[in-house]
Amino acid sequence: MLRVASVDRSYGDRRVLDDISFEVAPGRMTGFVGANGAGKTTSMRIILGLLAADSGTVTWNGEPITRAVRQRFGYMPEERGLYPKMKIREQLVYLGRLYGLTALAARRSVDDLLDRVGLAERANDPLEKLSLGNQQRAQIAAALVHDPELLILDEPFSGLDPIAVEMIAGVLRERADRGVPVLFSSHQLDVVERLCDDLVIIAAGAVRASGSRAELRSRYAAPHYQLVTDGDAGWVRDLPGISIVDLDGARVVIELAVPDDDQAVLRAALARGPVRAFGPIVPSLAEIFREVTQ
Amino acid sequence: MTTLAPSPTRSQAGPAAARTTMWSATKLVAGREIVVKLRDRTFLVSTILFLVVAAAGTVLPALFSDGSSTVAVVGAGEVGGVLDRAGMEVVAAADVAAAEQLVRDGEVDAAVVPGDGAGGIRVLAMDRTPDSVVRALSSAPPVHLLNPDAVDPMLAFLVPMAFSMVFFFLSITFGVQIAQSVTEEKQTRIVEILVAAVPVRALLAGKVLGNGALAFGQVALIALVAVISMQVVGSDAGLLAQLGPAIAWFIPFFVVGFVLMASLWAVTGALVSRQEDISGASGPAQLVIMAPFFLVIFLNGNPTAMAVLSYVPFSAPTAMPLRLFFGDAAGWEPVLALLVLLGAAALCITLAARLYEGSLLRTNGKTSLRAAWRERETRVS
Repeated sequence: MLRVASVDRSYGDRRVLDDISFEVAPGRMTGFVGANGAGKTTSMRIILGLLAADSGTVTWNGEPITRAVRQRFGYMPEERGLYPKMKIREQLVYLGRLYGLTALAARRSVDDLLDRVGLAERANDPLEKLSLGNQQRAQIAAALVHDPELLILDEPFSGLDPIAVEMIAGVLRERADRGVPVLFSSHQLDVVERLCDDLVIIAAGAVRASGSRAELRSRYAAPHYQLVTDGDAGWVRDLPGISIVDLDGARVVIELAVPDDDQAVLRAALARGPVRAFGPIVPSLAEIFREVTQ
Repeated sequence: MTTLAPSPTRSQAGPAAARTTMWSATKLVAGREIVVKLRDRTFLVSTILFLVVAAAGTVLPALFSDGSSTVAVVGAGEVGGVLDRAGMEVVAAADVAAAEQLVRDGEVDAAVVPGDGAGGIRVLAMDRTPDSVVRALSSAPPVHLLNPDAVDPMLAFLVPMAFSMVFFFLSITFGVQIAQSVTEEKQTRIVEILVAAVPVRALLAGKVLGNGALAFGQVALIALVAVISMQVVGSDAGLLAQLGPAIAWFIPFFVVGFVLMASLWAVTGALVSRQEDISGASGPAQLVIMAPFFLVIFLNGNPTAMAVLSYVPFSAPTAMPLRLFFGDAAGWEPVLALLVLLGAAALCITLAARLYEGSLLRTNGKTSLRAAWRERETRVS
C-alpha cells in the first residue's frame, strides 16, 4: 500500500500541491486524473523521490521510502526517455542491472518483456530506429524490467494507437492482478474509466475526490433516471417531485427529488402505455470529473 | 551455472533484485560509458589516428636522418680506413672523374679525391656539405662539457610539448564527451529513471571513472606504440631511461588531474538541457584547460614560473613532471604537489556533486550555478 499523506509543495510562491492525500492499494489500478498543471506529475515525482515535499509524508507499507525501497518501484516519466542510440535490449538490461538484477536475471526479464510488448524482433535495433508507438512500448518495458512492487506511470497511454493501448492495458492489468499497486495518470478519461479500479481526481493542486470507481459514481451521481416510452414523454413533467433534465420525444431524463420515487414514476408510465426502457443513469467519469472540479 | 531456477512467479514478497549499492551502480554506469564509446566510430577512428601519428612520429625521423653515408675514395690509403672506422661505407673509385660520376649518379653521398687542401684531399658532394665525412676527416680539439647532464635542446622543446598536448587533448576530448553524455541523459529525460534507481553521485562517479579509464587506456596505447616503434627503428634508448621518472610521476598527476577536469565538465553538462548549449556553457572548463596548457608551453624555460605552475592544481599535472624531467624539482616536491592536487580534486568533485545533483533534474533551459547550488531536490536518502 502506497500512502501519500498531507503533502504540500510550492515552487517559489506558487503552491502546486496543497495537502495532497491518497492511497494506492495492492492489486488495484488507480487512475490519477486531472487537467494539465493540476499537480499529477509533481505528485508522482515526489513519490519517486525526484522532488522533495515541503511537508507531508509518502510511505510504502507503512515505511518511509528509502532508495532501497524505491529501487523496487517501476516508473515511466511523462516525457519519454531512453538512450536514442543504444539497442533496446541492451539498454533495458542496463536499467535492470541498475535496479539490482543480476546480468542473467536482467537478460531473461528483458527477453520476456520484449516478447510480451511485441518488440522481440526489434530487440537489437537502436531506440531511435523505432516508431513512436514502439518507443512507447519499450518505455513501458523499461518500467517493468525489474518486476517492480509498485508501478507509477505518468500518462502511459498518451500517443498510443488503440491496439497499443489495449496491449499496454493488458500488461498493466496482469501486474495488478499479481498484487502490484498501479498508479497511472491520464487525461484520456474514457481510457481511465475503462481501466481503473480506483480514482484520484486532482484539480489545482488539491485532491477533489478519491475512492473506488463505483463508490465515486454513487457519491457524485445525481439521482438521474432515463425513461423511454412509445409516445411523447412530456406528461412526465406533471408528476410530483420530478424535474426534467432532458426531454427528447419519447425519451426523457429526469431527476428525482426523493430517490425512492423511481417505482412511482415507472408505475405511472406503465399506466399510460408500454415502457421500452427505465433505469438509473450511471454518470460517466467525464461527468463526475466536471462535477468535482467545478 | 548448471541449473537455472524456474522463473520466479512474482508475488508481493519482493523481486529477485538485490539492492544496488553505490559502488555497483558506479561500476555499471562506468561500464556503459566504456561500451558505448568503444562502439562509437568517431572514437575508434580518432584512436587509430593517434596511434598512426605516434608511430609515424617516432619512425619517420629515423628513416629520414642521415644514417650511414656511402663515400667514394680515390686511391687506397689511410682515408678509406678513417672513414670505415667512422661507420661509413667506402667505395673505391678509379680516378677523380669516376668518383665525380658516382656522386652525380647518386651512387654515393660524397667522394674523397686527391686535392690541394689540408692533408692533400678534397671532398666532392652534390648540394650540401657532408658534415659526417668532414667531421671524420678533421682533427677535433678536445671538448670539455661543463654541464654534461643538461637536456638536449631538441628534447627540451619536444618533451614539454608532448606532456602538455597529451593532457590538453585528453582533458578537452574526454571532457566534452562527459558533458555530452550527461546532457544526453538530461535531454532524453532518461535521467528521471536513472535518478529514481541509483544515487546521483553514482552517475557522476561512473561517468568520470568510465571516461577516465578510456582516456588512460588511450594514452597507454599511444605510449606503447611509440615505445615499440622506437625499439623497432633502434632510436635512442637513452631517451626512455631519461624520460622514465617523469612519466612515472606523470601517471598519478594525470589520473588525479583528469578527475578534477572531468568533474568540471560533468557540471557543465548538467547545467544545460540541450547538447547544442554545451559549448556556450563550457567557457570556465575550457579556460582552466587552455590557460595552463599555454603557460606551461611558453614558460617551461622559466624555473620560477614553473615552480609556481607545478603547484597550481590545473597546471600541476604537466608542470611538475616536466620539472622532474629537467631535474629542477627536489624529491619531496612532486609528493607535495600531488597532495595539493588531490585536495583540490576532492574539493572540486564534492562541489561538482552538489551542483550536479542540483541541476540534473532541471530540464528547462540553462540552470545558473546559484540555482543549482541552492537546489534541495533529490538529496533524499
